[in-house]
Amino acid sequence: MEILVCAKRVPDTSENEIELNSAGNDIQRDDLVYSINESDNYAVEEALQITGKVGGQVTVVTVGGEDDEEILRREMAMGANHGVLISDDAFNGSDGKGIATILKVFVQKGNYDLILTGVQAEDGAAQVGGMLAAMLDYPFASLVNSIEVVDGGKLTISREIEGGDREMNEIDVPCVLSIQTGINEPRYVGMRGIRQVASVPIPTPSASELGIDPATVGRPAAKVKRVDYFVPALGKGAEMLQGSREENIAKLIELVAAKGGLK
Amino acid sequence: MPRIFAYIVHQAGVADDTATELIAAAKKIDAAASPTAIVTGWGADLDAACATVRASYAEVWKIAHEALAYPNAELIRKALVKVLPPGSMVLVPHEHFGIDLAPGLSIKVNAAFVSDVLAIEGVEGTDLKVVRQEFGGQVSAHVRCDVSSGAVVTLRPGAFQPVQSAAVNGTVVDKSSEVGVLAAGRRYLKTIAAVAGDVDITKHNVLVSIGRGIQEKDNVAIAQELADTLGAAVSCSRPVVDAKWLDSSRQVGSSGKTVRPKVYLACGISGAFQHLAGIKGNPFIVAINKNPKAPIFQVADIGIVDDILEFLPELTLKVREMRSVPVK
Repeated sequence: MEILVCAKRVPDTSENEIELNSAGNDIQRDDLVYSINESDNYAVEEALQITGKVGGQVTVVTVGGEDDEEILRREMAMGANHGVLISDDAFNGSDGKGIATILKVFVQKGNYDLILTGVQAEDGAAQVGGMLAAMLDYPFASLVNSIEVVDGGKLTISREIEGGDREMNEIDVPCVLSIQTGINEPRYVGMRGIRQVASVPIPTPSASELGIDPATVGRPAAKVKRVDYFVPALGKGAEMLQGSREENIAKLIELVAAKGGLK
Repeated sequence: MPRIFAYIVHQAGVADDTATELIAAAKKIDAAASPTAIVTGWGADLDAACATVRASYAEVWKIAHEALAYPNAELIRKALVKVLPPGSMVLVPHEHFGIDLAPGLSIKVNAAFVSDVLAIEGVEGTDLKVVRQEFGGQVSAHVRCDVSSGAVVTLRPGAFQPVQSAAVNGTVVDKSSEVGVLAAGRRYLKTIAAVAGDVDITKHNVLVSIGRGIQEKDNVAIAQELADTLGAAVSCSRPVVDAKWLDSSRQVGSSGKTVRPKVYLACGISGAFQHLAGIKGNPFIVAINKNPKAPIFQVADIGIVDDILEFLPELTLKVREMRSVPVK
Protein backbone atom coordinates (compact mmCIF):
# COMPACT_ATOMS: atom_id res chain seq x y z
CA MET A 1 0.00 0.00 0.00
CA GLU A 2 1.44 3.38 -1.05
CA ILE A 3 0.73 5.93 1.68
CA LEU A 4 1.17 9.69 1.65
CA VAL A 5 1.15 11.59 4.94
CA CYS A 6 0.64 15.35 4.82
CA ALA A 7 2.44 16.99 7.73
CA LYS A 8 3.09 20.45 9.12
CA ARG A 9 5.77 21.98 11.32
CA VAL A 10 4.20 23.98 14.13
CA PRO A 11 5.20 25.67 17.39
CA ASP A 12 5.12 22.94 20.02
CA THR A 13 2.51 24.01 22.57
CA SER A 14 3.71 21.43 25.10
CA GLU A 15 7.12 23.16 25.05
CA ASN A 16 6.07 26.81 24.62
CA GLU A 17 3.81 29.33 26.24
CA ILE A 18 2.24 31.14 23.32
CA GLU A 19 2.24 34.88 23.93
CA LEU A 20 1.55 38.01 21.92
CA ASN A 21 4.40 40.07 20.53
CA SER A 22 4.92 43.64 21.74
CA ALA A 23 2.97 45.08 18.80
CA GLY A 24 0.08 42.81 19.78
CA ASN A 25 -0.61 41.71 16.20
CA ASP A 26 1.16 38.36 16.12
CA ILE A 27 2.42 35.73 18.51
CA GLN A 28 5.93 36.10 19.88
CA ARG A 29 7.84 33.89 17.43
CA ASP A 30 11.40 34.29 18.76
CA ASP A 31 12.67 31.31 20.73
CA LEU A 32 9.68 29.11 19.91
CA VAL A 33 10.40 25.41 19.83
CA TYR A 34 8.95 23.85 16.68
CA SER A 35 8.08 20.23 16.04
CA ILE A 36 5.88 18.17 13.79
CA ASN A 37 2.18 18.74 14.48
CA GLU A 38 1.23 16.11 17.07
CA SER A 39 -1.56 14.36 15.16
CA ASP A 40 0.58 14.33 11.98
CA ASN A 41 3.18 12.33 13.90
CA TYR A 42 0.50 9.79 14.87
CA ALA A 43 -0.47 9.65 11.17
CA VAL A 44 3.11 8.79 10.17
CA GLU A 45 3.28 6.07 12.84
CA GLU A 46 -0.02 4.64 11.60
CA ALA A 47 1.26 4.65 8.02
CA LEU A 48 4.42 2.80 9.12
CA GLN A 49 2.37 0.21 11.01
CA ILE A 50 0.16 -0.38 7.95
CA THR A 51 3.06 -0.77 5.52
CA GLY A 52 4.79 -2.96 8.12
CA LYS A 53 1.83 -5.35 7.88
CA VAL A 54 0.86 -5.21 4.21
CA GLY A 55 3.97 -3.79 2.54
CA GLY A 56 4.39 -0.59 0.57
CA GLN A 57 6.04 2.74 1.13
CA VAL A 58 5.40 5.85 3.18
CA THR A 59 6.01 9.35 1.81
CA VAL A 60 5.76 12.39 4.07
CA VAL A 61 5.04 15.72 2.36
CA THR A 62 4.89 19.24 3.69
CA VAL A 63 4.34 22.66 2.14
CA GLY A 64 6.75 25.25 3.45
CA GLY A 65 10.30 26.56 3.48
CA GLU A 66 13.74 25.20 4.30
CA ASP A 67 13.08 25.31 8.06
CA ASP A 68 10.35 22.74 7.55
CA GLU A 69 12.79 20.13 6.26
CA GLU A 70 13.61 19.11 9.85
CA ILE A 71 10.23 17.47 10.40
CA LEU A 72 10.63 15.46 7.19
CA ARG A 73 14.03 14.19 8.38
CA ARG A 74 12.53 13.34 11.76
CA GLU A 75 9.74 11.30 10.19
CA MET A 76 12.22 9.62 7.83
CA ALA A 77 14.25 8.67 10.89
CA MET A 78 11.03 7.07 12.21
CA GLY A 79 10.95 4.97 9.07
CA ALA A 80 9.21 6.97 6.33
CA ASN A 81 10.75 6.07 2.97
CA HIS A 82 10.57 9.50 1.36
CA GLY A 83 10.21 13.15 2.34
CA VAL A 84 9.06 15.89 -0.02
CA LEU A 85 9.16 19.62 0.66
CA ILE A 86 6.84 21.51 -1.68
CA SER A 87 8.23 25.00 -1.62
CA ASP A 88 7.60 28.22 -3.52
CA ASP A 89 7.21 31.87 -2.55
CA ALA A 90 3.93 31.77 -4.46
CA PHE A 91 2.49 29.58 -1.68
CA ASN A 92 2.97 32.21 1.04
CA GLY A 93 -0.29 33.30 2.63
CA SER A 94 -2.24 30.28 1.40
CA ASP A 95 -5.43 29.53 3.29
CA GLY A 96 -6.62 25.96 3.89
CA LYS A 97 -8.02 25.71 0.38
CA GLY A 98 -4.71 26.93 -1.06
CA ILE A 99 -2.78 24.21 0.80
CA ALA A 100 -5.31 21.58 -0.28
CA THR A 101 -4.96 22.79 -3.91
CA ILE A 102 -1.17 22.36 -3.77
CA LEU A 103 -1.47 18.90 -2.22
CA LYS A 104 -4.10 17.84 -4.75
CA VAL A 105 -1.71 18.51 -7.64
CA PHE A 106 1.05 16.62 -5.84
CA VAL A 107 -1.22 13.63 -5.13
CA GLN A 108 -2.29 13.45 -8.77
CA LYS A 109 1.34 13.10 -9.84
CA GLY A 110 1.78 10.04 -7.64
CA ASN A 111 -0.04 6.78 -7.13
CA TYR A 112 -1.20 6.71 -3.51
CA ASP A 113 -3.72 4.26 -2.10
CA LEU A 114 -4.11 6.11 1.16
CA ILE A 115 -3.57 9.72 2.19
CA LEU A 116 -3.35 10.59 5.85
CA THR A 117 -3.35 13.96 7.60
CA GLY A 118 -3.46 14.85 11.27
CA VAL A 119 -6.92 15.76 12.50
CA GLN A 120 -5.95 19.39 12.99
CA ALA A 121 -2.90 21.62 13.39
CA GLU A 122 -2.13 24.53 15.68
CA ASP A 123 -4.83 26.67 14.07
CA GLY A 124 -7.48 24.10 15.00
CA ALA A 125 -9.11 24.40 11.59
CA ALA A 126 -9.37 20.66 10.77
CA GLN A 127 -9.85 21.51 7.11
CA VAL A 128 -7.14 20.38 4.68
CA GLY A 129 -7.89 16.64 4.65
CA GLY A 130 -11.60 17.06 3.95
CA MET A 131 -10.92 19.66 1.27
CA LEU A 132 -8.26 17.53 -0.41
CA ALA A 133 -10.60 14.51 -0.48
CA ALA A 134 -13.38 16.58 -2.07
CA MET A 135 -10.99 17.99 -4.70
CA LEU A 136 -9.84 14.45 -5.58
CA ASP A 137 -13.35 12.95 -5.28
CA TYR A 138 -11.93 10.43 -2.80
CA PRO A 139 -13.93 9.22 0.21
CA PHE A 140 -12.97 10.93 3.48
CA ALA A 141 -13.23 10.27 7.19
CA SER A 142 -12.16 12.55 10.01
CA LEU A 143 -11.17 11.81 13.62
CA VAL A 144 -10.00 8.31 12.70
CA ASN A 145 -8.78 6.28 15.67
CA SER A 146 -8.24 2.85 14.14
CA ILE A 147 -7.49 1.49 10.66
CA GLU A 148 -7.61 -2.09 9.52
CA VAL A 149 -6.79 -3.14 5.97
CA VAL A 150 -9.52 -5.57 4.90
CA ASP A 151 -8.24 -6.28 1.42
CA GLY A 152 -6.57 -4.28 -1.33
CA GLY A 153 -9.63 -2.18 -2.02
CA LYS A 154 -11.14 -1.51 1.41
CA LEU A 155 -10.37 -0.44 4.94
CA THR A 156 -12.34 -0.77 8.15
CA ILE A 157 -11.90 2.37 10.21
CA SER A 158 -13.31 3.78 13.40
CA ARG A 159 -13.99 7.45 14.10
CA GLU A 160 -14.00 9.09 17.50
CA ILE A 161 -17.49 10.43 18.18
CA GLU A 162 -19.02 11.78 21.39
CA GLY A 163 -18.40 10.28 24.81
CA GLY A 164 -15.62 7.98 23.65
CA ASP A 165 -17.95 6.00 21.37
CA ARG A 166 -16.50 4.75 18.10
CA GLU A 167 -18.25 4.90 14.74
CA MET A 168 -17.18 1.97 12.54
CA ASN A 169 -17.09 2.47 8.79
CA GLU A 170 -15.97 0.63 5.72
CA ILE A 171 -14.18 2.91 3.25
CA ASP A 172 -12.89 2.34 -0.29
CA VAL A 173 -9.34 3.19 -1.29
CA PRO A 174 -7.94 5.49 -2.43
CA CYS A 175 -9.24 7.66 0.37
CA VAL A 176 -8.19 10.46 2.71
CA LEU A 177 -8.29 9.97 6.49
CA SER A 178 -7.60 12.54 9.20
CA ILE A 179 -5.92 10.85 12.14
CA GLN A 180 -6.79 11.54 15.77
CA THR A 181 -4.09 11.58 18.46
CA GLY A 182 -3.90 8.43 20.57
CA ILE A 183 -4.51 6.04 17.63
CA ASN A 184 -1.13 4.39 18.34
CA GLU A 185 2.09 4.95 20.26
CA PRO A 186 4.49 6.80 17.97
CA ARG A 187 7.97 5.30 18.12
CA TYR A 188 10.82 7.20 19.65
CA VAL A 189 13.27 8.98 17.38
CA GLY A 190 16.82 9.41 18.65
CA MET A 191 19.53 11.74 17.42
CA ARG A 192 21.28 8.75 15.90
CA GLY A 193 18.30 7.98 13.70
CA ILE A 194 18.12 11.57 12.50
CA ARG A 195 21.86 11.56 11.69
CA GLN A 196 21.37 8.45 9.59
CA VAL A 197 18.95 10.23 7.25
CA ALA A 198 20.77 13.58 7.33
CA SER A 199 22.16 13.24 3.82
CA VAL A 200 19.17 11.60 2.13
CA PRO A 201 18.07 14.01 -0.61
CA ILE A 202 14.68 15.67 -0.15
CA PRO A 203 13.04 16.88 -3.37
CA THR A 204 11.68 20.45 -3.22
CA PRO A 205 9.27 20.83 -6.13
CA SER A 206 8.12 24.38 -6.94
CA ALA A 207 4.82 25.69 -8.27
CA SER A 208 6.02 25.63 -11.87
CA GLU A 209 7.58 22.17 -11.54
CA LEU A 210 4.25 20.83 -10.27
CA GLY A 211 2.28 22.87 -12.80
CA ILE A 212 0.37 24.86 -10.17
CA ASP A 213 -1.19 28.12 -11.34
CA PRO A 214 0.07 30.71 -8.80
CA ALA A 215 -3.28 32.50 -9.03
CA THR A 216 -5.00 29.51 -7.39
CA VAL A 217 -2.80 29.51 -4.28
CA GLY A 218 -1.07 31.87 -1.89
CA ARG A 219 -2.29 35.24 -0.71
CA PRO A 220 -4.07 36.27 -3.96
CA ALA A 221 -6.38 33.23 -3.84
CA ALA A 222 -6.93 33.19 -0.09
CA LYS A 223 -10.50 33.98 0.90
CA VAL A 224 -9.69 33.51 4.56
CA LYS A 225 -7.18 35.83 6.20
CA ARG A 226 -6.10 36.15 9.79
CA VAL A 227 -6.04 39.84 10.69
CA ASP A 228 -4.30 39.60 14.06
CA TYR A 229 -3.94 37.61 17.23
CA PHE A 230 -5.21 38.80 20.57
CA VAL A 231 -5.78 37.58 24.08
CA PRO A 232 -9.40 38.15 25.04
CA ALA A 233 -10.11 40.12 28.18
CA LEU A 234 -10.57 37.61 30.96
CA GLY A 235 -13.98 37.00 32.33
CA LYS A 236 -14.03 36.78 36.08
CA GLY A 237 -10.92 34.64 36.04
CA ALA A 238 -9.58 32.62 38.92
CA GLU A 239 -8.71 34.12 42.29
CA MET A 240 -4.97 33.51 42.27
CA LEU A 241 -3.41 32.33 45.51
CA GLN A 242 -0.17 34.28 45.80
CA GLY A 243 1.28 32.96 49.05
CA SER A 244 4.09 30.51 49.71
CA ARG A 245 3.39 26.92 48.77
CA GLU A 246 2.62 26.10 52.39
CA GLU A 247 0.19 29.02 52.68
CA ASN A 248 -1.45 28.12 49.38
CA ILE A 249 -1.95 24.54 50.51
CA ALA A 250 -3.52 25.64 53.80
CA LYS A 251 -5.85 28.05 52.02
CA LEU A 252 -6.74 25.47 49.39
CA ILE A 253 -7.64 22.86 52.01
CA GLU A 254 -9.85 25.40 53.76
CA LEU A 255 -11.64 26.32 50.52
CA VAL A 256 -12.08 22.75 49.32
CA ALA A 257 -13.38 21.70 52.72
CA ALA A 258 -15.93 24.53 52.59
CA LYS A 259 -17.14 23.21 49.22
CA GLY A 260 -17.61 19.70 50.59
CA GLY A 261 -14.48 18.28 49.02
CA LEU A 262 -13.13 16.88 52.28
CA LYS A 263 -15.17 14.30 54.05
CA MET B 1 -26.97 39.40 2.02
CA PRO B 2 -26.65 35.79 0.90
CA ARG B 3 -29.29 33.36 2.06
CA ILE B 4 -28.30 31.62 5.32
CA PHE B 5 -28.86 27.91 5.93
CA ALA B 6 -28.38 26.00 9.17
CA TYR B 7 -27.54 22.30 9.12
CA ILE B 8 -29.41 20.60 11.95
CA VAL B 9 -27.71 17.75 13.80
CA HIS B 10 -30.29 15.42 15.37
CA GLN B 11 -30.43 12.04 17.02
CA ALA B 12 -33.38 9.76 17.74
CA GLY B 13 -35.81 12.43 16.56
CA VAL B 14 -34.42 15.16 18.81
CA ALA B 15 -32.62 18.21 17.45
CA ASP B 16 -29.25 18.97 19.00
CA ASP B 17 -28.84 22.09 21.21
CA THR B 18 -26.83 23.62 18.37
CA ALA B 19 -30.04 23.92 16.29
CA THR B 20 -31.05 27.10 18.11
CA GLU B 21 -27.43 28.27 18.56
CA LEU B 22 -27.13 28.47 14.76
CA ILE B 23 -30.04 30.93 14.67
CA ALA B 24 -28.22 33.15 17.16
CA ALA B 25 -25.11 32.96 14.95
CA ALA B 26 -27.13 33.83 11.81
CA LYS B 27 -28.48 36.92 13.58
CA LYS B 28 -24.89 38.00 14.27
CA ILE B 29 -24.22 37.85 10.53
CA ASP B 30 -27.41 39.69 9.65
CA ALA B 31 -29.75 40.90 12.36
CA ALA B 32 -32.69 40.55 9.94
CA ALA B 33 -31.73 37.00 8.92
CA SER B 34 -34.29 34.25 9.03
CA PRO B 35 -32.13 31.20 8.40
CA THR B 36 -33.50 28.11 6.73
CA ALA B 37 -32.97 24.84 8.57
CA ILE B 38 -31.86 21.79 6.62
CA VAL B 39 -32.76 18.49 8.24
CA THR B 40 -31.69 15.23 6.61
CA GLY B 41 -32.54 11.68 7.61
CA TRP B 42 -35.17 9.02 7.16
CA GLY B 43 -38.44 7.83 8.63
CA ALA B 44 -40.11 8.74 11.90
CA ASP B 45 -36.91 10.14 13.45
CA LEU B 46 -36.61 12.66 10.64
CA ASP B 47 -40.26 13.72 10.93
CA ALA B 48 -39.91 14.12 14.69
CA ALA B 49 -36.75 16.20 14.26
CA CYS B 50 -38.45 18.43 11.67
CA ALA B 51 -41.40 18.91 14.03
CA THR B 52 -39.11 20.22 16.78
CA VAL B 53 -37.01 22.34 14.43
CA ARG B 54 -40.00 24.16 12.94
CA ALA B 55 -40.74 25.56 16.38
CA SER B 56 -37.75 27.86 15.96
CA TYR B 57 -37.19 28.10 12.18
CA ALA B 58 -39.59 29.82 9.75
CA GLU B 59 -38.59 27.43 7.00
CA VAL B 60 -37.34 23.87 7.28
CA TRP B 61 -35.96 21.96 4.30
CA LYS B 62 -36.49 18.26 4.84
CA ILE B 63 -34.38 15.78 2.90
CA ALA B 64 -35.65 12.23 3.38
CA HIS B 65 -33.60 9.39 1.94
CA GLU B 66 -33.19 5.84 3.16
CA ALA B 67 -29.41 6.10 2.76
CA LEU B 68 -29.41 9.02 5.21
CA ALA B 69 -30.90 7.04 8.12
CA TYR B 70 -27.42 7.32 9.61
CA PRO B 71 -25.72 10.68 8.95
CA ASN B 72 -23.01 9.84 6.40
CA ALA B 73 -21.19 13.09 5.63
CA GLU B 74 -20.30 12.17 2.06
CA LEU B 75 -23.92 11.34 1.16
CA ILE B 76 -25.23 14.43 2.92
CA ARG B 77 -22.67 16.58 1.13
CA LYS B 78 -23.91 15.24 -2.21
CA ALA B 79 -27.52 15.96 -1.21
CA LEU B 80 -26.68 19.51 -0.09
CA VAL B 81 -24.81 20.28 -3.31
CA LYS B 82 -28.03 19.45 -5.18
CA VAL B 83 -30.32 21.70 -3.14
CA LEU B 84 -28.22 24.70 -2.04
CA PRO B 85 -28.64 27.86 -4.15
CA PRO B 86 -25.31 29.31 -5.41
CA GLY B 87 -23.69 31.79 -3.03
CA SER B 88 -25.40 30.45 0.08
CA MET B 89 -23.97 30.74 3.55
CA VAL B 90 -24.17 27.41 5.39
CA LEU B 91 -23.78 27.15 9.17
CA VAL B 92 -22.76 23.78 10.63
CA PRO B 93 -21.95 22.81 14.24
CA HIS B 94 -18.23 22.16 14.76
CA GLU B 95 -18.48 18.63 16.16
CA HIS B 96 -17.57 15.23 14.77
CA PHE B 97 -20.17 15.32 12.03
CA GLY B 98 -19.48 18.94 11.04
CA ILE B 99 -15.75 18.22 10.86
CA ASP B 100 -16.54 15.35 8.49
CA LEU B 101 -18.94 17.34 6.30
CA ALA B 102 -18.01 20.99 6.14
CA PRO B 103 -14.51 21.28 4.54
CA GLY B 104 -15.47 19.08 1.58
CA LEU B 105 -18.83 20.82 1.20
CA SER B 106 -17.06 24.18 0.87
CA ILE B 107 -15.01 22.82 -2.03
CA LYS B 108 -18.02 21.34 -3.82
CA VAL B 109 -20.07 24.55 -3.61
CA ASN B 110 -16.98 26.71 -4.29
CA ALA B 111 -17.48 28.70 -1.11
CA ALA B 112 -15.09 30.08 1.48
CA PHE B 113 -14.55 27.97 4.59
CA VAL B 114 -13.92 29.05 8.13
CA SER B 115 -14.16 26.63 11.04
CA ASP B 116 -14.67 26.47 14.78
CA VAL B 117 -15.91 30.04 15.01
CA LEU B 118 -16.47 31.37 18.54
CA ALA B 119 -17.87 34.80 17.77
CA ILE B 120 -19.14 36.72 14.77
CA GLU B 121 -18.42 40.45 14.63
CA GLY B 122 -20.49 41.19 11.54
CA VAL B 123 -20.01 41.78 7.83
CA GLU B 124 -17.90 44.51 6.24
CA GLY B 125 -18.11 44.71 2.46
CA THR B 126 -17.86 41.10 1.31
CA ASP B 127 -15.95 40.02 4.43
CA LEU B 128 -17.43 38.10 7.32
CA LYS B 129 -15.50 39.02 10.46
CA VAL B 130 -15.13 36.23 13.00
CA VAL B 131 -13.15 35.22 16.07
CA ARG B 132 -11.38 31.86 16.32
CA GLN B 133 -8.91 30.36 18.74
CA GLU B 134 -5.50 28.92 17.96
CA PHE B 135 -2.86 27.02 19.94
CA GLY B 136 -5.40 25.17 22.04
CA GLY B 137 -7.10 28.39 23.14
CA GLN B 138 -3.92 30.13 24.31
CA VAL B 139 -4.56 32.96 21.84
CA SER B 140 -7.52 34.16 19.80
CA ALA B 141 -7.47 35.52 16.26
CA HIS B 142 -9.60 37.95 14.29
CA VAL B 143 -10.25 36.35 10.91
CA ARG B 144 -11.82 37.81 7.77
CA CYS B 145 -13.51 35.54 5.31
CA ASP B 146 -14.59 36.69 1.83
CA VAL B 147 -18.15 35.39 1.50
CA SER B 148 -18.89 36.91 -1.94
CA SER B 149 -19.27 33.43 -3.45
CA GLY B 150 -20.88 31.95 -0.34
CA ALA B 151 -19.38 30.35 2.75
CA VAL B 152 -19.45 27.26 4.88
CA VAL B 153 -18.93 28.20 8.51
CA THR B 154 -18.62 25.77 11.41
CA LEU B 155 -19.53 27.12 14.84
CA ARG B 156 -18.29 25.93 18.19
CA PRO B 157 -21.10 24.27 20.14
CA GLY B 158 -22.05 26.35 23.17
CA ALA B 159 -20.40 29.54 21.89
CA PHE B 160 -23.63 31.20 20.71
CA GLN B 161 -26.43 31.78 23.20
CA PRO B 162 -29.81 30.81 21.74
CA VAL B 163 -32.30 33.66 21.59
CA GLN B 164 -35.53 32.81 23.37
CA SER B 165 -38.56 33.53 21.22
CA ALA B 166 -42.11 32.36 20.75
CA ALA B 167 -42.68 29.26 18.61
CA VAL B 168 -42.72 30.26 14.95
CA ASN B 169 -44.41 27.12 13.59
CA GLY B 170 -42.36 27.23 10.41
CA THR B 171 -43.14 25.57 7.13
CA VAL B 172 -41.57 22.21 6.27
CA VAL B 173 -40.55 22.05 2.60
CA ASP B 174 -39.80 18.56 1.29
CA LYS B 175 -36.71 18.76 -0.93
CA SER B 176 -36.17 14.98 -1.11
CA SER B 177 -37.04 14.66 -4.80
CA GLU B 178 -34.21 17.01 -5.78
CA VAL B 179 -31.53 14.79 -4.29
CA GLY B 180 -31.54 11.83 -6.69
CA VAL B 181 -29.42 8.71 -6.25
CA LEU B 182 -26.93 8.79 -3.37
CA ALA B 183 -23.85 6.58 -3.17
CA ALA B 184 -20.65 6.93 -1.20
CA GLY B 185 -17.22 5.36 -0.92
CA ARG B 186 -17.70 5.15 2.83
CA ARG B 187 -20.36 3.04 4.53
CA TYR B 188 -21.44 3.15 8.17
CA LEU B 189 -21.23 -0.22 9.89
CA LYS B 190 -22.03 0.25 13.59
CA THR B 191 -21.29 2.26 16.69
CA ILE B 192 -19.21 0.71 19.45
CA ALA B 193 -19.98 2.15 22.88
CA ALA B 194 -17.08 3.33 25.02
CA VAL B 195 -15.81 0.64 27.38
CA ALA B 196 -16.61 1.14 31.04
CA GLY B 197 -13.48 1.48 33.10
CA ASP B 198 -12.61 0.29 36.61
CA VAL B 199 -13.70 3.65 38.06
CA ASP B 200 -16.77 5.63 37.04
CA ILE B 201 -15.57 9.23 37.19
CA THR B 202 -19.10 10.52 36.59
CA LYS B 203 -20.14 9.20 40.02
CA HIS B 204 -17.58 11.14 42.08
CA ASN B 205 -18.08 14.46 43.89
CA VAL B 206 -14.39 15.25 43.90
CA LEU B 207 -12.06 14.70 40.95
CA VAL B 208 -8.30 15.03 40.94
CA SER B 209 -7.84 15.60 37.23
CA ILE B 210 -4.44 15.48 35.58
CA GLY B 211 -3.12 16.75 32.25
CA ARG B 212 0.11 16.85 30.32
CA GLY B 213 1.78 18.45 33.35
CA ILE B 214 1.96 15.05 35.05
CA GLN B 215 4.80 14.41 32.57
CA GLU B 216 5.14 10.65 32.85
CA LYS B 217 3.21 7.54 33.71
CA ASP B 218 4.96 6.91 37.02
CA ASN B 219 3.78 10.30 38.27
CA VAL B 220 0.11 9.31 38.00
CA ALA B 221 0.61 7.72 41.44
CA ILE B 222 1.07 11.22 42.89
CA ALA B 223 -2.46 12.13 41.81
CA GLN B 224 -3.82 8.75 42.91
CA GLU B 225 -2.42 9.22 46.42
CA LEU B 226 -4.10 12.61 46.72
CA ALA B 227 -7.36 11.17 45.38
CA ASP B 228 -7.20 8.26 47.84
CA THR B 229 -6.62 10.71 50.68
CA LEU B 230 -9.55 12.89 49.61
CA GLY B 231 -11.87 9.99 48.81
CA ALA B 232 -11.81 11.24 45.23
CA ALA B 233 -11.19 9.68 41.82
CA VAL B 234 -8.45 10.47 39.31
CA SER B 235 -9.62 11.78 35.95
CA CYS B 236 -7.62 13.36 33.15
CA SER B 237 -7.46 15.35 29.94
CA ARG B 238 -6.79 13.97 26.49
CA PRO B 239 -2.96 13.97 26.37
CA VAL B 240 -2.85 11.59 29.34
CA VAL B 241 -5.01 9.07 27.49
CA ASP B 242 -3.15 9.58 24.20
CA ALA B 243 0.07 8.74 26.04
CA LYS B 244 -1.63 5.62 27.51
CA TRP B 245 -0.94 6.74 31.08
CA LEU B 246 -4.61 6.30 31.99
CA ASP B 247 -7.50 4.41 30.43
CA SER B 248 -9.85 6.38 28.15
CA SER B 249 -12.69 5.85 30.66
CA ARG B 250 -10.91 8.45 32.84
CA GLN B 251 -10.97 11.19 30.19
CA VAL B 252 -13.08 14.30 30.79
CA GLY B 253 -14.12 16.22 27.68
CA SER B 254 -16.13 16.26 24.50
CA SER B 255 -14.53 13.03 23.32
CA GLY B 256 -14.55 11.57 26.82
CA LYS B 257 -16.92 11.72 29.78
CA THR B 258 -19.12 14.56 30.97
CA VAL B 259 -18.72 14.98 34.73
CA ARG B 260 -20.67 16.96 37.34
CA PRO B 261 -18.51 16.93 40.46
CA LYS B 262 -18.70 19.40 43.35
CA VAL B 263 -14.96 20.02 43.33
CA TYR B 264 -12.65 19.70 40.33
CA LEU B 265 -8.90 19.90 40.89
CA ALA B 266 -7.35 20.60 37.48
CA CYS B 267 -3.70 19.66 37.87
CA GLY B 268 -1.32 20.45 35.02
CA ILE B 269 -4.28 20.84 32.65
CA SER B 270 -4.04 23.72 30.16
CA GLY B 271 -7.82 23.98 29.70
CA ALA B 272 -8.53 23.38 26.02
CA PHE B 273 -12.23 23.87 25.23
CA GLN B 274 -12.68 20.20 24.36
CA HIS B 275 -11.72 19.40 27.94
CA LEU B 276 -13.83 22.15 29.53
CA ALA B 277 -16.84 20.95 27.51
CA GLY B 278 -16.90 17.85 29.70
CA ILE B 279 -17.15 19.74 33.01
CA LYS B 280 -20.76 20.55 33.84
CA GLY B 281 -22.82 21.51 36.86
CA ASN B 282 -20.66 24.52 37.78
CA PRO B 283 -18.24 22.78 40.16
CA PHE B 284 -15.69 24.60 42.31
CA ILE B 285 -12.64 24.48 40.02
CA VAL B 286 -9.12 24.69 41.40
CA ALA B 287 -6.39 25.05 38.77
CA ILE B 288 -2.77 24.26 39.53
CA ASN B 289 -0.44 24.89 36.62
CA LYS B 290 3.16 26.01 36.07
CA ASN B 291 2.09 28.26 33.21
CA PRO B 292 0.43 31.43 34.56
CA LYS B 293 -1.08 32.02 31.09
CA ALA B 294 -2.83 28.64 30.90
CA PRO B 295 -6.45 29.13 29.72
CA ILE B 296 -7.66 27.01 32.65
CA PHE B 297 -7.10 30.03 34.93
CA GLN B 298 -9.82 31.90 33.02
CA VAL B 299 -12.48 29.43 34.10
CA ALA B 300 -11.18 28.26 37.48
CA ASP B 301 -12.40 29.66 40.80
CA ILE B 302 -9.03 29.35 42.45
CA GLY B 303 -5.68 29.38 40.70
CA ILE B 304 -2.23 28.40 41.92
CA VAL B 305 0.90 28.76 39.79
CA ASP B 306 3.06 25.86 40.86
CA ASP B 307 4.61 22.59 39.74
CA ILE B 308 2.06 19.85 40.43
CA LEU B 309 4.81 17.26 40.87
CA GLU B 310 5.93 19.11 43.99
CA PHE B 311 2.63 20.68 45.02
CA LEU B 312 0.42 17.58 45.01
CA PRO B 313 2.57 15.39 47.31
CA GLU B 314 2.78 18.24 49.84
CA LEU B 315 -0.97 18.75 49.64
CA THR B 316 -1.51 15.03 50.23
CA LEU B 317 0.77 15.09 53.27
CA LYS B 318 -0.98 18.13 54.70
CA VAL B 319 -4.44 16.61 54.33
CA ARG B 320 -3.25 13.37 55.97
CA GLU B 321 -1.64 15.29 58.81
CA MET B 322 -4.81 17.26 59.35
CA ARG B 323 -6.81 14.11 59.69
CA SER B 324 -4.07 12.27 61.56
CA VAL B 325 -4.18 9.54 58.99
CA PRO B 326 -0.95 7.63 59.36
CA VAL B 327 1.30 8.12 56.34
CA LYS B 328 1.65 4.86 54.43
